[in-house]
Amino acid sequence: MTELQQRQTPTRAADTATRSAYHPPQRRRFRRGFGLGGLITLLPLLLVFGIFGWWPIGQSVVLSLQQTNLVDPPAWVGIDNFRYLFADPLLWTTLRNTAWFVVLALLFGFPVPVLLALFVSELRRLGGVFRVLVYLPVLVPPVVALLLWKWFYDPDFGLFNQVLDVVGLGPSPWLQSTATAMPSLVLATTWAHAGSTVLIYLAALASVPSELYEAAEIDGASIWRRLWHVTLPHLRGVLLIMLLLQIIGTFQIFTEPFILTDGGPEDSTVTILLLIYRYAFLNGDYGMAAALSVMLAIVLATLSAVYLRLTRKWSTT
Amino acid sequence: MSTEPARGVLSAADRHRPTVRWSIRVAAAVLLLAVAIAGAGPILWVAKGAISPSLELLQEPLRLWPTEPQWENLLLAWRELRVGRYLLNTVVLVGGSWFVQLLVATTGAFALSVLRPRYGRFIYAAVLATLFIPGTTSLVALYLTILDLPITGGSIANTPWAVWLPAGAQAFNVLIMKQFFDALPRELYEAAMVDGAGTWRLFWQIVMPMSGPIVAVVSLLAVMGAWKEFLWPMIAISDTEQQPLAVALPRLAESAEQNQVIAGMLIATIPPLVIFFVFQRHIVRGIGFTGLKG
Repeated sequence: MTELQQRQTPTRAADTATRSAYHPPQRRRFRRGFGLGGLITLLPLLLVFGIFGWWPIGQSVVLSLQQTNLVDPPAWVGIDNFRYLFADPLLWTTLRNTAWFVVLALLFGFPVPVLLALFVSELRRLGGVFRVLVYLPVLVPPVVALLLWKWFYDPDFGLFNQVLDVVGLGPSPWLQSTATAMPSLVLATTWAHAGSTVLIYLAALASVPSELYEAAEIDGASIWRRLWHVTLPHLRGVLLIMLLLQIIGTFQIFTEPFILTDGGPEDSTVTILLLIYRYAFLNGDYGMAAALSVMLAIVLATLSAVYLRLTRKWSTT
Repeated sequence: MSTEPARGVLSAADRHRPTVRWSIRVAAAVLLLAVAIAGAGPILWVAKGAISPSLELLQEPLRLWPTEPQWENLLLAWRELRVGRYLLNTVVLVGGSWFVQLLVATTGAFALSVLRPRYGRFIYAAVLATLFIPGTTSLVALYLTILDLPITGGSIANTPWAVWLPAGAQAFNVLIMKQFFDALPRELYEAAMVDGAGTWRLFWQIVMPMSGPIVAVVSLLAVMGAWKEFLWPMIAISDTEQQPLAVALPRLAESAEQNQVIAGMLIATIPPLVIFFVFQRHIVRGIGFTGLKG
């Protein structure tokens, strides 16, 4: 038996060597088999991605260089759309709003899931209940959740101001004032998305090797020092990735301001996508909308490329 | 080593220390309360609001239970606001999106992973490239595309196809499906080919029966994702008769009786909750799969 194996192994190795030197017969067989049947299996992907994926991406670039209003035939206008775009003061308001959103999301949207996950991972009991409760908001359809938040935020009849009243704090204008509208928006967004982030952090926390904690403990490290020197360094990769994903998500925020504020008060919550929507579907200026879309796509593609590099680098954590 | 119970920052010795034990207990109680209020509270409030009189909701939003539950509200919402109709529209859109996504992902990944055409690498690269450019950035162009299709011409706006077909262009589905197929033993395909199995038999009788777990994950992602859709259905389907519930609700909220709108919100929330509790295990695994997709 062993003799047979020994005799077979070298031949097989030699065989594969010659195969890879030429065309490996099995792959050629598959390729030859890739006839009509193969083409049919590839057809749904080619059609769907072709018409609804690749074509619109290319069209965005074409549209951004044209003037289109669906009535007159489109006319080439060069980079005029971009010029008008940069001249629109609303663009700069929008970019400021987006930056402000990112900062606010960093301040309270980012730490909350981290702290929740750290705590839940230390629980011996009830961990499952916590997980389900934290994840519940993710299941509520965004429109339903936002209509509910809008209801809660109502300055006169809303739940939040009634609660503030009970604990003796003055009423807040919430969505009605330029100062509080964006923080209110971020609060609602954080509530809606924290659940899935917590679960991702929990998975990352579970992968921290116990031996490291034990070694740190033997060396006399306190609970806080273990947290600081063992746990956090292990989370570093995931934290950075989630941060990047949060920024990528922030650039695409639409439903929240659309339902809650419609960009107001005084354009203080207009986001990039809301501006694209206004250009295209309120003003009927598809060229401007496409120009902004193309710029957004470039930024997002860059961020995604960075994200990909990071996930490759930290795929072990 | 792996038989040892997993531990976190706290060791067994830490847990015996009274300060640690008590702070954990107190913090657990406080946090459980907070998470219960934040997580389950709003859903329960919607459930309560759906059977409360509108006036009571305005005057006493903190009330735990309506003075007189108005169960007929749900029926009124179903009939007067025609939530039933919109829900049916949602189900049709979600069902079709699910089917198209699954069809594109399974057949496409099968062709790219098992059949491996010569130009397959380029197609796969082009599919993955769309991961870098989120669909939201080609929204405007996609709208013009469905108004006037590239090859055939004609418009599919205001038909379910306008939601179904673009839903299929999900590179992530193709990615995880292909990775799954790549991990299946190739000897099986070769053996089947030697036995004279054609492309279809290979697909239906060899690959698909082994792909239960990945089909489940992609299905859950597709259904849960499609149920949440708002922006694209709003743009693609302007005919109010055909709008899904998510698009109809904000419009109804502006004019209709508030407690009936809340009843509609409750009805829109129940299906994803049911799906979650039935497939909880798969969904948690799905998050592992999507992992850092967000």
